[in-house]
Amino acid sequence: MDVLFRDYLGTFAEGLWLTVQLTAIGFTAALILGTILAVFRVSPIPPLRVFGAVYVEFFRNVPLVALLLLVVYGLPYAGVNLGYYWSVILALTAVGTAFACETIRSGINAVSAGQVEAARAIGLPFWGIARELVIPQAVRTVISPLVTLFIGILLSTSLAAVVGMRELTSTVSYINNQEALGLTTFLVAAAVYVIISLTAAGIGSRLETRYRVLR
Amino acid sequence: MSAHALFDAQGPRGRATVRVITVASVLALLGVAALVYWQLYRTGQLAPSKWLTFTEPGTIRYLLTGLGNTALAALGAGAIGLPLGLVLALGRLSRRRWLSWPATAVIEVLRAVPVLLLIYIFMFALPQYGINLSTYGKLVVPIGLGAAAVMAEVFRAGVLAVPRGQTEAGLAVGLPDGVTMRLVVFPQALRIVIPALVAQAVVVVKDTAFGYVVSYPELMQSGRVLVANTNDLVQTYLVITVVYVLVNMVISALAQRMEARMNASRGLGRISLLGRARRSTLA
Repeated sequence: MDVLFRDYLGTFAEGLWLTVQLTAIGFTAALILGTILAVFRVSPIPPLRVFGAVYVEFFRNVPLVALLLLVVYGLPYAGVNLGYYWSVILALTAVGTAFACETIRSGINAVSAGQVEAARAIGLPFWGIARELVIPQAVRTVISPLVTLFIGILLSTSLAAVVGMRELTSTVSYINNQEALGLTTFLVAAAVYVIISLTAAGIGSRLETRYRVLR
Repeated sequence: MSAHALFDAQGPRGRATVRVITVASVLALLGVAALVYWQLYRTGQLAPSKWLTFTEPGTIRYLLTGLGNTALAALGAGAIGLPLGLVLALGRLSRRRWLSWPATAVIEVLRAVPVLLLIYIFMFALPQYGINLSTYGKLVVPIGLGAAAVMAEVFRAGVLAVPRGQTEAGLAVGLPDGVTMRLVVFPQALRIVIPALVAQAVVVVKDTAFGYVVSYPELMQSGRVLVANTNDLVQTYLVITVVYVLVNMVISALAQRMEARMNASRGLGRISLLGRARRSTLA
């Protein structure tokens, strides 16, 4: 434990920082693209709806390891060189988007059709309905699933270790490789993951109680 | 599935707009597809010689063996995750604090730790204490532990979904706590959670791709070996990815059908645990 903190604090911090970066970028990108895809899926444009459905069906069922290997090692063969960092983010975002889309779509669908029809009956235009009625309710319903998505992306960033990137999981395995500290190093990393997850869950449930939708 | 109520039935102008966007989006999607095709063609990835490997019986048999091992790994992980998840769920539901508290802690920790970290623990940390499992064990035990935490939450949700009146009725006719759970509540909970447990199999199958990390010859690892021999990386990993997706689609579809049938046959109203069943991992 002493060795860990004396000699490897910097290494550990770097690993943690990479994990934080991948999580933050991956989550934000997945949220934005997932929202767009969810709009595709509820829109009245058939090709966009089909595209959204096929995308979700594919990327929800693909193992991230397989996709990661394909993107990281395969894309250069097809003449696309993104480098490890962006390749990992690409794979992470591609899968995250599918889950984000389904989460957000479930939020939109949770707003009852009757409310939308009532709003339309009193003459509210489309954007009015979206802004005043659907979005506020949808956002509130999906807070907790979005926290789950955030934690999912956090855990998935560990897969960057598979292609040799030095994020948190591979950092502790590297330190273990140098010092053979047994379980200790790994438990420290596990504790960090648990702390981040619990913090996210805590913030989520705070927000949820504050903005609860009464039905 | 129809468009969401958010969009009103269009009038003539709306229909014209929809038509324009439809055409534009088809063109855009075709454009992207053409770009991908051109890029693959230009770099020679579509050359027939690079795909012929997958028509050879030897390759097919090799990949099928890999797929078989994927199934073995998934079954092994399920055999650990199901009973352990059940025990954890009952522990968490217990009214005895000394039982529910540790069970809750174990569930929360296992849910918040990446499966890969668990695998690394079994690969690099535990051997230092003389615990050295086979490659199969190093793959299956961590996946099973991760799955146990999620299945525990599924079981718990199922038990909580059984109407309280059932428990009250059991207690009212004089059955002890444990017996009420075993004979009255649990059999009903089990029926409710079966579709969600089947859906959970998707996550387990995806996790088995970590065979690549521990060198257990399941599908992903088989692909890697194949690539080392043929050098057809893009082709091999694409084929494997598609196989995974197809297998998981079949499992998901099965789970959805089971849930639909269950909802049709029960008077309890729609109970969906499928959403909750998904582990927070995307892997």
